[in-house]
Amino acid sequence: MNTRNIVLFAGMALLIVLEGSTTFGGIFGGSWNTALFIVNFGLLSAIMSLGVNMQWGYAGLFNVGVVGFIALGGLAPVLIATPPVTEVWTASGAGRLIFALIVGAGVIALAIVLNNRLRGRARLLALCVTLIGGFFLYRALFDPAAEVVEAFNPATNSNLGGLGLPVLLSWPVGAALAAGAAWLIGKTALGLRSDYLAIATLGIGEIIVAVLKNEDWLARGVKNVIGIPRPVPYEVDLQNSPGFVDFAANFGADPVVASTIVVKLLYAALFLVVLLVLTMATELALKSPWGRMMRAIRDNEVAAEAMGKNVTGRHLQIFMLGSAVCGFAGAMMVTMDSLHNPGTYSPLRFTFLIWVMVIVGGSGNNWGAILGGFLISFLWLKVEAWGPAALDYLTSGMDPTSPLRTHLQDSAAHMRLIALGLVLLLVLRFSPRGLIPEK
Amino acid sequence: MDLLNAIVALLNFVVIPATAYGAQLALGALGVTLIYGILRFSNFAHGDTMALGTGFVILFTWWLQSMGLSFGPLPTAFLALPLGIALTAAVVLLTDRSVYRFYRKQKAAPVILVIVSMGVMFVMNGVTRFVIGVDEIRFADGAKFLINANDFKAATGLAEGLAFKASQAQTIVTAVAVVALLFWFLNKTRTGKSMRAYSDNEDLALLSGISPERVVAVTWIIASGLAVIAGTLYGLDKSFKAFNYFQLLLPIFASAIVGGLGSPLGAIAGGFLIAFSEVGFTYAWKKVATYVLPESLAPDGLAQLLSTDYKFAVSFAILIVVLLFKPTGLFKGKSV
Repeated sequence: MNTRNIVLFAGMALLIVLEGSTTFGGIFGGSWNTALFIVNFGLLSAIMSLGVNMQWGYAGLFNVGVVGFIALGGLAPVLIATPPVTEVWTASGAGRLIFALIVGAGVIALAIVLNNRLRGRARLLALCVTLIGGFFLYRALFDPAAEVVEAFNPATNSNLGGLGLPVLLSWPVGAALAAGAAWLIGKTALGLRSDYLAIATLGIGEIIVAVLKNEDWLARGVKNVIGIPRPVPYEVDLQNSPGFVDFAANFGADPVVASTIVVKLLYAALFLVVLLVLTMATELALKSPWGRMMRAIRDNEVAAEAMGKNVTGRHLQIFMLGSAVCGFAGAMMVTMDSLHNPGTYSPLRFTFLIWVMVIVGGSGNNWGAILGGFLISFLWLKVEAWGPAALDYLTSGMDPTSPLRTHLQDSAAHMRLIALGLVLLLVLRFSPRGLIPEK
Repeated sequence: MDLLNAIVALLNFVVIPATAYGAQLALGALGVTLIYGILRFSNFAHGDTMALGTGFVILFTWWLQSMGLSFGPLPTAFLALPLGIALTAAVVLLTDRSVYRFYRKQKAAPVILVIVSMGVMFVMNGVTRFVIGVDEIRFADGAKFLINANDFKAATGLAEGLAFKASQAQTIVTAVAVVALLFWFLNKTRTGKSMRAYSDNEDLALLSGISPERVVAVTWIIASGLAVIAGTLYGLDKSFKAFNYFQLLLPIFASAIVGGLGSPLGAIAGGFLIAFSEVGFTYAWKKVATYVLPESLAPDGLAQLLSTDYKFAVSFAILIVVLLFKPTGLFKGKSV
């Protein structure tokens, strides 16, 4: 941390304080509620960009499926924390469904074993028979079971439910789910040329989101799961507790506003702990022999391989670690919203935005990734408000009924795509090492 | 009779739609593979180039329609196509000048160029939405059907109707013509030969006096032409929606890789392989099966292997299988 970096972080903090305290002619919101919302959004984004920075900054791996790993992590709070739908479990729908899933996994395992054991034509034949036969067996077991589960109480359930465990436990589980998916992709696409990993991750990202949207038995699909248990108290409970109302009155604050701010602060504290622990761990890892090895591999794979380093193995390791961090952040995000809504997982918001954060902040540097996470989150949320205002101002000279003016004003929402793309291109061109360059 | 009905149903629901879709994918994959062969990176902005170009074509179509012009039984979009291609090529060349050329001079790693193309994708996506909006647009006019289902039933007396949409016929004919033209250009003309030489061995090509900037410019023009044609045909066949073109990126890349990146022939084969598998896996085979199989064996369900929501999973699965067993693709593309 040198002076320049401290100034950069102080500037970022100042932006958030300004957002909370002043409106400054409409540039800032002037509300601590939105300022804290930006802080929480920034904390989550900073963790996600730490994950992507591990993959790209430490190892030069290009992951275009970040949205998939975040979404998979976001599944964990539903599976861990929501109460189980006991009717489905006793009606033997759930048991059969899980049995079908195990059979499916067994078929794939068998195929892998056969692939390794057999050679030549026998291998091809055995693989075809196993996979095609296994697919139909799986569908025959799975379809009726899924139907039973989804038929139960479609308005509120139609899914398996979760385990009813504390929601904080779902964060590491989310990380494990994402790491599992990363292992699967890494095994196939790592070790080939770099573009292939990009395309394979693009594919897995879309497929994970498609599964979450369509498999109602898993997490209700686009019907969303609401009311996922929270690790912090509910606003309503705070407002009804006399102790809290007195506490708010001490500050001269309205209890309703105070309760939302306190809840946001509690989340911010939780997320900050996670961010600090992660930053410390990654900084230590980077300084260790392991970190030096990773950078050596990134900078010259051939030389590192000649020194006896297992390049593909290390790549797989870092790819899983980075994806696990993204999954962790995904679980945190769903916990904060206490809402599982797969319809919102868009690649632009959850893949490319995170990439912009990493590259603007400074790839290869954890502090850079964190600063980028905060700065780009701030801009992303604020440009939404600034875009229409700016267009209003620019078009104020035009006839208010002119179709061009209405078209421009309607299109303001798309301005942030153009703005972010331009930021990415300009940073890559003129300051490719980012705001806080790697040492 | 039942067998005939089954064949007609198969043609109607699988063969014709998959052929049209395959032609669209092949044209898209040809663009990706050409850029890969010459510029040596995977262009993530290709899907959005298609969307932007199609957006231009739609604007020109509306302009032509407002002047009362039409193309008889063919859609007006075909008249607007050359204008759209010219405008898109100009935009793409400008992008190359202002963005990509800097990294080419630096000899930056391919993965940097991929990230840069991601930035370009962002901007193009935004510009497309800005210019034409996010709504679904149908811009096909002219004749709707080459063969109408009811006419076909009346003429043949079969229970199954065969519908051959005009847009599908146009897609197939245009694709054949474009591909023939492209191969003639690559194999017979001086510029085409210099492009292939540059793709095979950059240093040797430079030594023989081939101008790299010229080759790159011609590649971008051809690739944007292919992208606009593919995008317009897709838009005529289905409908235009900016986000759909972003989602086409995965099947297009899968086609190019399955065929072998850098191999034009492979891109075409890959496009049809992906299209036929996608349609085959997501088609409900119940109808065909009831015609062919004896009654006792007829399926109870839809006999659909995968729901259409997972059609991307099919291209992805094929991609993974190819990466696992034959990473250079079916037609031996560039090195791994």
